[in-house]
Amino acid sequence: MIPLSHYLIVSAVLFTIGTAGVFLRRNFITILLSIEIMLNAVNLTFVAFGRQQGGVDGQIIVFFVMAVAAAEAAVGLAIVIGLYRHRESLNPDAFASLKW
Amino acid sequence: MPETLVFYLLSGLAIGASAIVIGQRNPMYSVMMLIASFGALAGLYVQLDAPFVAVAQIIIYAGAIMVLFLFVVMLLNASRENAAEWDRSHPLRQPAVVRFGGLLALLLVVQLAWALLSARGLAGPVGARGGAETVSSVRVLGRVLFTDYVFAFEATSILILVAMVGAVVLARREGEGS
Repeated sequence: MIPLSHYLIVSAVLFTIGTAGVFLRRNFITILLSIEIMLNAVNLTFVAFGRQQGGVDGQIIVFFVMAVAAAEAAVGLAIVIGLYRHRESLNPDAFASLKW
Repeated sequence: MPETLVFYLLSGLAIGASAIVIGQRNPMYSVMMLIASFGALAGLYVQLDAPFVAVAQIIIYAGAIMVLFLFVVMLLNASRENAAEWDRSHPLRQPAVVRFGGLLALLLVVQLAWALLSARGLAGPVGARGGAETVSSVRVLGRVLFTDYVFAFEATSILILVAMVGAVVLARREGEGS
């Protein structure tokens, strides 16, 4: 059997990769993909802890996370399409005027 | 030891595919690699005795969400990311900022390692306390979902409805319709 800490380490590495993607990449699509990586890392933690505790609650929470991820992807991609229509660009730096 | 071998294989696949997702500049390859990462994670869920979550992972994530991403990538024809000007002139590329960020990242790694090493009860094999009752059966899952979590379930349906309406409104062309 694999110790719980190994699952947690895999989840931490995946979450770190997702965070690095959000900060380092200059492409809206890749930033949204990085957010999906982070959500999946958290899902892995939920399932591993749920298995450890012997309950079904961890898996239930994963379903809600998946539903929220689907909603987030739909709205986020709609925003990306709207932004692309304005500037013909997917680079967040092209929309720096939104900050002020 | 085949179980351990499969775990390390799937973990390496998930981490490697995720690293490729953020490591190269073609969004199409990023989406494909993320699908591979989700498949490996579904394998990990099977190992964790959660087959229904694994199937939902494949159907919802790899099937629905990633197809949506792929659709948008093809619709916008966004082949490669143009980062040359950013590489030279972005304020985040100043050496002092880079050093400060590196220090923060190192601090995060040290904290994570310390937390994982000092926590107790993590070394035992996962599922040792779970008992023999089949926590993973779809029947148990459905009963808990529609009794204890029924309010959250209904709230989720409203969330999906709002997201759908919002996506339609946001993606609509301006000046079209009323």
